[in-house]
Amino acid sequence: MNDLAAYNFAYLDEQTKRMIRRAILKAIAIPGYQVPFASREMPMPYGWGTGGVQVTASILGPDDVLKVIDQGADDTTNAVSIRAFFQKVANVAVTTKTKEATIIQTRHRIPEEPLREGQTLVYQVPIPEPLRFLEPRETETRKMHALEEYGLMHVKLYEDIARNGHIATTYAYPVKVEDRYVMDPSPTPKFDNPKMHMSEALQLFGAGREKRIYAVPPYTQVVSLDFEDHPFEVQKFDKPCALCGAENVYLDEVVLDDKGGRMFVCSDTDHCEDRRAHGHAGALLARPTQESQEAAE
Amino acid sequence: MYVAVKGGEAAIANAHRLLADRRRGERSLPSITIEQVVEQLGLAVDRVMAEASLYDRALAALAVRQARGDMIEAIFILRAYRTTLPRFGYAEPIDTANMKIERRVSATYKDLPGGQLLGPTFDYTHRLLDPSLLGDEPVEEVALKEPSEPVMRVSDILDGEGLIEGDGEMPEGHVAGDLTREPMEFPMARDLRLQALARGDEGFLLALAYSTQRGYGRTHPFVGEIRIGEVEVELELPELGFAVSLGVIRVTECQMVSQFKGSAKQPPQFTRGYGLVFGQSERKAMSMSLVDRALRTDEFSEDIVAPAQDQEFVISHADNVQATGFVEHLKLPHYVDFQAELDLVRRMRREYETAHGGEDGMKEAAE
Repeated sequence: MNDLAAYNFAYLDEQTKRMIRRAILKAIAIPGYQVPFASREMPMPYGWGTGGVQVTASILGPDDVLKVIDQGADDTTNAVSIRAFFQKVANVAVTTKTKEATIIQTRHRIPEEPLREGQTLVYQVPIPEPLRFLEPRETETRKMHALEEYGLMHVKLYEDIARNGHIATTYAYPVKVEDRYVMDPSPTPKFDNPKMHMSEALQLFGAGREKRIYAVPPYTQVVSLDFEDHPFEVQKFDKPCALCGAENVYLDEVVLDDKGGRMFVCSDTDHCEDRRAHGHAGALLARPTQESQEAAE
Repeated sequence: MYVAVKGGEAAIANAHRLLADRRRGERSLPSITIEQVVEQLGLAVDRVMAEASLYDRALAALAVRQARGDMIEAIFILRAYRTTLPRFGYAEPIDTANMKIERRVSATYKDLPGGQLLGPTFDYTHRLLDPSLLGDEPVEEVALKEPSEPVMRVSDILDGEGLIEGDGEMPEGHVAGDLTREPMEFPMARDLRLQALARGDEGFLLALAYSTQRGYGRTHPFVGEIRIGEVEVELELPELGFAVSLGVIRVTECQMVSQFKGSAKQPPQFTRGYGLVFGQSERKAMSMSLVDRALRTDEFSEDIVAPAQDQEFVISHADNVQATGFVEHLKLPHYVDFQAELDLVRRMRREYETAHGGEDGMKEAAE
C-alpha cells in the first residue's frame, strides 16, 4: 500500500488542474461570474478552504512563494494547516510577508499592504452566491444573474435602512463587478471591500463545496452596492492598534480579563509585525526585555 | 502588557499525537487488525464503501480504524483517496438479474419464481443483548447453498403484464453522468440524481424516505423486491472488442413499486423507485428508492409539495462529507466577522437606547 502516498505535485492530478485552470480562465474573462467546476474531494473538510486550496494547487508552480492567512493572521490553526499541506505536497517556499508572496491564500481578510502586479490573492469562499439568502434555489439565482435582475438585493439593503437607519451588512457585503455581475466578496469585513477596487493583483475565488470559481482581474472596477443618500461606509475604529499604533486598519478585539478589559490589535499580523519592526509602537506593546531579545536571536 | 499567542503549528502537532494515542487505546489490549474489521464489522465497512463510492473492503476497513469508528470521518478519508485515482474507463452496467442471490424478499407476492430467501438478516431477531457475545464462544459455520440459476426480478414479472413502467431507454451513445467529475447543475437528470443518492448519507435519506411515508410527498409504495448478492463487473476493452470481467462486488438492490393513477400522456400503471448500494445495506437501498420515486415529479407531472420531492433540497444536502465539513467549519475562527457584527450591534444598541431612553424619561416624568 506504499503507492498510496504517491501524490502529484500540489496534490491534484494534472487533468484536474487543467480543468480548474480552464474554469479560472473563463472566470477571468467574465469578471464576477460564477463558473461551475467539478470540484474534487480534498484531504481537508468542505468549508475549510477546499475551493481556495484547489485554486492554489492549480496555479502553484515550483518557484512560487506562498502565504496563507486566516482572519488576517498567518498563525491561525487552519492557515498553519493549509500552509503545511502545500509545503508537504508541493515543497514550495512559504512566507508570512505579504510583500514577498506571489500567491496569498486567504480566509476572511485582504492584507493591509496594497497588493502589487504579479501577485494573486486566492479567497476561500463558503457561499459564492450573493443572492443565496434571498433566493435559495440555484436555478432561480442563475436566471437572476443572467437577466441582471438585482432588484431583490437593493430591496434587502433598503429594508435594512428602513428598519435600522443604516445597512446592517457588515461582512460579505455585496459588490458589483465591472458594472455587470453582483458578486459575493467572501465573508471579508466590508472594511476590505475598497481594496478590491482597481487592485493591481489578480483576485481568484474558490468555493469547493458549492463548486464555483470566480475572479476579479487586475484593474477591475469593484463597487460596493449602496444608495445615493446612504453611501457605502467602512467600519471605523476609535483607537489605533494597541501594539503597533496603526490607524485605518482592521482591528481584532482581545478580551484581557474578566473585568471588561479590552484591547484592539491589528488583525493583519504581518502588517503589525512589520510596523513594530520599523519602530512603531502602540499603547500596550510589551517591549521585549533584553533577555528575551537575546533568546530570540 | 500583551503578547500575542503563537504556536498554532506546535498545537496541531500535539493534538495529532494525542489523537494517535487515543486511537490506539489501552496498550495492554491487542490492536485490532484490518482483517478483523473487514470480517466482524462488515456492515460498517459496507457503509463506508457505499458513501465513499469506492469498493475496496480493506481500504474501507483501514479508514474505519483510522477514524476510530467515526463513520462519516471514515467515508471522508476514503473519498479523499478515491478522488486521486485515475479513471481508466466506465464499466458496463451491472446485471442484477444475474445476481448470485444471498437474500431476496418481495412484499408484493406471497410466492414467486426463485422463492423468498431471507439470508443474513437482522429481521425477526429479538433485539435482546446476547451475553454469549461477551466472550468468544464458537459459532456454527453455515454452508451456503450455491444458487442453481439466476432468479428473475419482480419488476420483470410485473413488466410481463405491462402494468409497470419499463426500465426506460437511454439515447444512443448516452454516457452516464458523473458528478464527481462534472459540475453539478439543476435541474438534474435521473442518472445523476441516483448517483448522488447512492453516495448520500444513509441517515438523511432514511429521514426523507420516512417523511414521504408520513404524508410529506406520499408515493404509496410497496417493496417489489430487495435483493442482495454478488454481481460481476465488466469492462469493455476497445482493443479487444468485448467485455472482460474485472471481478465481483456485493450490492443491495431495491425496487419500490408505487401507484400511479396515470396522466394525459400515460395510462394508469405502477411506477418505480430504484435503490442500489454497495455491500449489504437494505435500509439505505430502501430509503434511496423511496426518495428516487419522490423526486420524479417532472416525469409524472406531480406537484412539488414536500422536501423529499425537491431535488435542489435533497441533492444539495444529501452529501454528508460536504455537510459535516460546512457545519463543523463554524468552529474555525470567525473573529474578524464577529468583530464587525459586534461593532454593528453596539452601534444599534446605542441608537436603541438613545431612542428609548428618551421615552422612558418622559414616562417617569408623567407618573
